Amino acid sequence: MAEVLVKIQPPDHPVHMPQPATFSPEVETEIDRHIAKYPIKRSAILPLMFIVQRERGYLDPPGVQYLANRLDLRVTDIWEVATFYSMLQTKPVGRYHIQICKTLSCKIMGEGKITEHVCKKLDIKPGETTGDGKFTLSLVECLGSCGTAPMFQLNFDYHENLTPEKVDQILDSLS
Amino acid sequence: MFIGAIGCEPLQLRRIHLGNSHRLDVYRANGGYEAIKKVLDSMSPDDVINEVKKSALRGRGGAGFPTGMKWSFVPKDSPKEKYVVCNADESEPGTFKDRYLMERDPHMLIEGMLIAAYALGAKRNYIYTRGEYKYLIDIMDVALDEARAAGLLGNQILGTDFNCEIYTHTGAGAYICGEETALLSSLEGFRGHPRMKPPFPAISGLYASPTVVNNVETLTAVPDIIKMGGAAYQKLGTEKSGGTKLWSVSGHVNQPGVYELPMGYDDMEKFIMEDCGGILNGKQLKAVIPGGSSVYIMRADQIIGKDVRMDYDGLVAGGSMVGSGGFIVMDETVDVFDSTKNLTEFYKHESCGWCTPCREGTDWLVKIFKRVENGGGRPEDAQLLLDLCDNIEGKSFCPLGDAAAWPIQSAVKRFPEDFEKHLAKNGRKEAL
Repeated sequence: MAEVLVKIQPPDHPVHMPQPATFSPEVETEIDRHIAKYPIKRSAILPLMFIVQRERGYLDPPGVQYLANRLDLRVTDIWEVATFYSMLQTKPVGRYHIQICKTLSCKIMGEGKITEHVCKKLDIKPGETTGDGKFTLSLVECLGSCGTAPMFQLNFDYHENLTPEKVDQILDSLS
Repeated sequence: MFIGAIGCEPLQLRRIHLGNSHRLDVYRANGGYEAIKKVLDSMSPDDVINEVKKSALRGRGGAGFPTGMKWSFVPKDSPKEKYVVCNADESEPGTFKDRYLMERDPHMLIEGMLIAAYALGAKRNYIYTRGEYKYLIDIMDVALDEARAAGLLGNQILGTDFNCEIYTHTGAGAYICGEETALLSSLEGFRGHPRMKPPFPAISGLYASPTVVNNVETLTAVPDIIKMGGAAYQKLGTEKSGGTKLWSVSGHVNQPGVYELPMGYDDMEKFIMEDCGGILNGKQLKAVIPGGSSVYIMRADQIIGKDVRMDYDGLVAGGSMVGSGGFIVMDETVDVFDSTKNLTEFYKHESCGWCTPCREGTDWLVKIFKRVENGGGRPEDAQLLLDLCDNIEGKSFCPLGDAAAWPIQSAVKRFPEDFEKHLAKNGRKEAL
């Protein structure tokens, strides 16, 4: 039998297994608190992804490796979930993520004018990031702010009843 | 933006204009946590379910299923843990009522969940909030801490042997997670794919345990039902749908907002033209989508002079549905071809990709809309859209497919002139 076994040769190129990310004790405590909410660890995957995203800007390979280790899952399990949800970023985004709602109520109340204004002001198109990495612009689906349309979400903050002047004020006040 | 009641005393919106209405002391000073006390003092779980049945409360998330009946499906003798999950994934276009309930009166939701948890024997419960509403999760977390510190959550609530915990959970930007089985998949840490029913969540839901999923507005109605009694609550509305209902109003009206109306309010024309202040800039009304984007669009002449009653049966008779109660009002300047294209793009983006009719169907619908918009329309395209809808409606895994088909079917049939105008722009024919 012994001679049938084939000795597995180590690959001649380095296997890409990033070192998992590390976080401060405060963040670790926050993560523990989320995991404790559920009878099954895996349930904490979305809250934890938001924390990794907040700490590292997006779900980068070390962050994903960390999540897999922390939740006793495979790396592919993490990617599988990360690529499903639109708020999870798997590529870097700007420090300020402008998400303009483009669904019907905002559309008929002047979303087009706001989008055009932001594009002109930042000189980017929807889906792009400014050269200095400060702003990313996205068009997104309904954010539940229909009675105060048009609106955008800047990172996690809602800005409603927008006019081009108000957009200027908001964007100019950001450092 | 207007928030308040018309045609009845404010019930769900009673505390919404009080200063610090999100605080425990304000809630308690205004009748808060009296219902859970009454329940723990003098009612059995079955008594609670019976009161909710008597109230004729119907689920406010969109489907309108009787809440008491939903609760009674949970098997009492199951040895498994039971769960109450609050669906706060409010993502139906045109709907923004739950947001204000949670922002301004979070303790009303906590009390409603406590009562539901008592009735069903649930110890661990979750509020699944859409990820974009992060500020609401923060507000809820503070309110939950307040309640915990006051002995209203945790072990031995109000000195009884009733133990219950409520936790917040975040979604991450997926409309499909408003569908109850997809929500449960997401809460378990998976992609938000819907699951086969049966088994219904009441038998096998979260972690394969008996689970009730209720909308925010449904759960926040429960404390009042207990306090005033199911029969009195029912009398506020109609025989088949009791109580009051929140309507979100957006689009071309002078006064958009969240309106609390008695179920069965007469009538829709008065509501839009008077209560909501009429159409913006004195324009003419053209169309209304009355129940969030997933229902039939109505022509102005189906509303004006037609006495459409605002409840589940009344709106069906009027040619649409209550859905989530999200009114999108459109004036004469709106092209219904464009508005329908906008909604179809929404459904294409939000289709979870699990089943073929919905995933491929919504993609093809958008392709046809884009081709027509770019001048490549053909006279048979209206029928082609209807044929595609016919192959999605009732043939997809979950109701998202139906929701994508209904706006198009109704728009093509009720606004043929808007579609013909675009189909006539037949650039391709001229090129040939």
